[in-house]
Amino acid sequence: MTPNATAKLIVKDLRKTYGPVVALTDASIEVREGEFLTLLGPSGSGKTTMLMVIAGLVQPDSGEVWIDGKLATYAPSFKRDLGMVFQNYALFPHMTVAENIAFPLRMRRLGQADIAREVKRVLDIVRLPHVADRLPRALSGGQQQRIALARCIVYGPSIILMDEPLGALDKKLRDEMQLEIKRLHTELGITVLYVTHDQEEAMVMSDRICLMNDARIEQLGTPADLYFRPRTLFAAGFLGESNILDATVTAVENGRAVLRLAVGDDALVRAVARDGVKPGQSVKLMVRPECLTVLGQGERAENEIQAGLKDVIMVGGITKHYARLPDGKEVVAANLTRGPVAQAAAGEALRLGWSADSSVLLV
Amino acid sequence: MAASAQRARPAWIGLWPILPALLFLGFLFLYPVAQLLWLSALDKASGDLTSAHYVRLFASPLYVKVLRITFEIAGWTTVFVILGAYPVAYYLATSSERRRNALMLWVLLPFWTSFLVRTFAWIVLLGRNGAINKWLQALGITGEPLDLIYNFTGVMIGMTHALMPLAVMTMVSVMENIDANLPRAASTLGARGGQAFWRIYFPLSLPGVAAAGLLVFITALGFFITPALLGGRLETMITQVIITQIQTMMNWAFGGAVSMLLLVAALIVFYLYDRALGMSTLAGSAAASQGEGRPNPVARLGAWAGGHVLDLLGRICDTVAGAWERVFPARPDRPRADRSRMVLTAVVALVIFFLAAPTFFIVPVSFTTDAFIEWPPKFFTLRWYQAYLDSPTWMSATVRSLMVATVAAFLAMLVGAPAAFILARRSMAGKTAAMALILSPLIIPRIIIAIALFYFYARLGLVGSSLGLVLGHAVIAVPYVVVTVMAVLKTYDERLDQAAGSLGANRVQTLWHITIPLIRTGLIAAFLFAFITSFDELTIALFVSGGLATTLPKQMWDDSLLKVNPTLAAVSTMLLVFVTALILSAEYLRRRAAAR
Repeated sequence: MTPNATAKLIVKDLRKTYGPVVALTDASIEVREGEFLTLLGPSGSGKTTMLMVIAGLVQPDSGEVWIDGKLATYAPSFKRDLGMVFQNYALFPHMTVAENIAFPLRMRRLGQADIAREVKRVLDIVRLPHVADRLPRALSGGQQQRIALARCIVYGPSIILMDEPLGALDKKLRDEMQLEIKRLHTELGITVLYVTHDQEEAMVMSDRICLMNDARIEQLGTPADLYFRPRTLFAAGFLGESNILDATVTAVENGRAVLRLAVGDDALVRAVARDGVKPGQSVKLMVRPECLTVLGQGERAENEIQAGLKDVIMVGGITKHYARLPDGKEVVAANLTRGPVAQAAAGEALRLGWSADSSVLLV
Repeated sequence: MAASAQRARPAWIGLWPILPALLFLGFLFLYPVAQLLWLSALDKASGDLTSAHYVRLFASPLYVKVLRITFEIAGWTTVFVILGAYPVAYYLATSSERRRNALMLWVLLPFWTSFLVRTFAWIVLLGRNGAINKWLQALGITGEPLDLIYNFTGVMIGMTHALMPLAVMTMVSVMENIDANLPRAASTLGARGGQAFWRIYFPLSLPGVAAAGLLVFITALGFFITPALLGGRLETMITQVIITQIQTMMNWAFGGAVSMLLLVAALIVFYLYDRALGMSTLAGSAAASQGEGRPNPVARLGAWAGGHVLDLLGRICDTVAGAWERVFPARPDRPRADRSRMVLTAVVALVIFFLAAPTFFIVPVSFTTDAFIEWPPKFFTLRWYQAYLDSPTWMSATVRSLMVATVAAFLAMLVGAPAAFILARRSMAGKTAAMALILSPLIIPRIIIAIALFYFYARLGLVGSSLGLVLGHAVIAVPYVVVTVMAVLKTYDERLDQAAGSLGANRVQTLWHITIPLIRTGLIAAFLFAFITSFDELTIALFVSGGLATTLPKQMWDDSLLKVNPTLAAVSTMLLVFVTALILSAEYLRRRAAAR
């Protein structure tokens, strides 16, 4: 019955309701040793509920939680041996930094000398050896964040949970702390389950991302998986920009689906097929803006479509072409800016092209 | 023109709204109290300075003994109040907002119910022929009726009951500001419930405990209703002595000296509190530890010792919990029942029952056909209500109370609300001093204000006048108004006013169209607080009414000194209904405003 031993954390079929409101359902994940896994989703998607259940701060209605090979579904949090970094850090305001970091060691009945040594060790790791005797409120937001991390890593928990830990920091500090957390993750080999609503943060930091929506897991995979192979409209829309076209499947051959677009000149386009698509089925076709190119005279592409140019915007290194399809739908192509070229005028006809590999079918 | 537009107005001109409050309290509170204290150092005949009254005070073992008893009663009351109020406050602060508001109502209800009514209720319950003795005998637990009243027990029960709501409210305001994530963090870091509570939550809630203890102690020092009605000869408190000296003996100077003693006692307690914790903790601001590190070696030693005591408490709790777990092992595959929360809920239910239930025992007694208060009452007659309605004394007292309370509340609003605006929004020199002056009528034992006003009024010919009562009641209502309005303004987004200004509204238009509509419920609540404060007020009325213009509480007090009779129960019942209706409508208004 004990599942896969290399998994640090296993969550099976978790469900939690608050009265009539379903906060989390059908949630199953496995976090491998040393992995950085992020729960990503909009607010109310169930990511924090899942984290709270794993931390033992909320009891689930059903399902199982296994930590380090031990069943812990309803174990109290002080018995789980995990670390948690809260959004507001939850540093104890009446204790000094050193006392805060010593707290988990004291709870584990370590000797004074060991405690002092360990506190010093982790303060060095987070590069704040000089703040030991200060109270948390005398520290800046970034420093408090580091102390909260230090308090977690000092007792070597089997997994560290982080609940939007960078939410309260400004942009610059956030970027800095992202790298700092990444550094600690690789240097110390810790296993991290991270919660955020910021897709960029999730992409930067994670080995895998668990995208959540409406109390369920939407898709679980590497950042590249989620970005280039989203399985649902929600996944495609939540991470990055996307162009969505309606289409009907006409044939499936050699791993490719042949589609007729709902718009345009009945042209057939090709896309990577996915399991279970059948001819006659209506689907959505997703292409990332950076995979769409504006085709010049005589240039050809695997898939092509006619459109009218609406607007051209140069954003530094990237130039965006906003175009309108014959049915009025808007698409955008984002390509590297190639020198000061003559601006195409609005209303001008153009052809957009993309490869079959970059076309994703959504159901 | 251009020059005057460019010249900035001096900052103090903008502070004028606080002036009425300062002048009002300076004239009707500070000056009379100072004069009373001055009087206590004067020889009655010659007008020379003398310490004779103080010498007499300390020479007589009687007064020293009364002072000791007063401190003992106040001290024990504080202990019992804190022990009972802490679990309630903790429960309220850690409950959902909905439940907190619902339960808070049951704490507030006794708070706003007249001390007199509540004391009468205890007479019904605790008397030799009271409800509790009757039940104990009926159940065969005791053969003889127990002495629950006219002794220390009775005074303790009555005073603990009277002051617990104040403590609950003070502590809740501190505990609400404790981050709910902190105990959770402690738990994920490996702390069991006991350690998480005693090492994290409890130290952070201490400022609230200290503030509540201080307010309860100071208020208890000035009590006289409860010891007079529920205590025996041995439970005579200092305020009773003051009243006797002045009302019966007409010995002003000596009464003043005893008041001075009470005042000094109160101030010493305040001073010690300020040295130990700082006054700012009274306003509900968070933890006590200041700045970086810990200040001095004594505090460090205290912190060290305190830490060990808390650690010990935490371990004891966790050992008990651990033993329980060995007997009934928790299973990781079954939901946990939160046993400590269940125990807490039971304790809180008991305390809230103790707070809310007794008052209602006054109701059945008001329908008894007996001529005196006895349990069980013999039903059913309305003749006590009839007696109340037919009595011109009761009727005129009721009308006067309603009138005085209304006018005093308006006056307190007029004086207090503008001051609250300044104190909440502007920085000014001497703000702490201004705040201290405005709050001091709450803190100084009320008997001192009452006597000071009596003496002051005597020379102005205001004794026995409704105007005198109105002014006196407004003095004690102003702090309530200021505190309530300040609390509302704290949550008010001042940028709304700035937006109105940028859209072309002048100050008055902004106030009228934007600010007042948005804080209206807060203003109504402040008015109600002021109204009830005056309506329920006995101490000032006792002196200032001069036996002529009696108010409802004064009439009840006079009546109860003769004999606690069913008419009083009838009046109390009506008061209870009236105040409950007021509280419920205030609560309804608040909820409606919150829902918007």
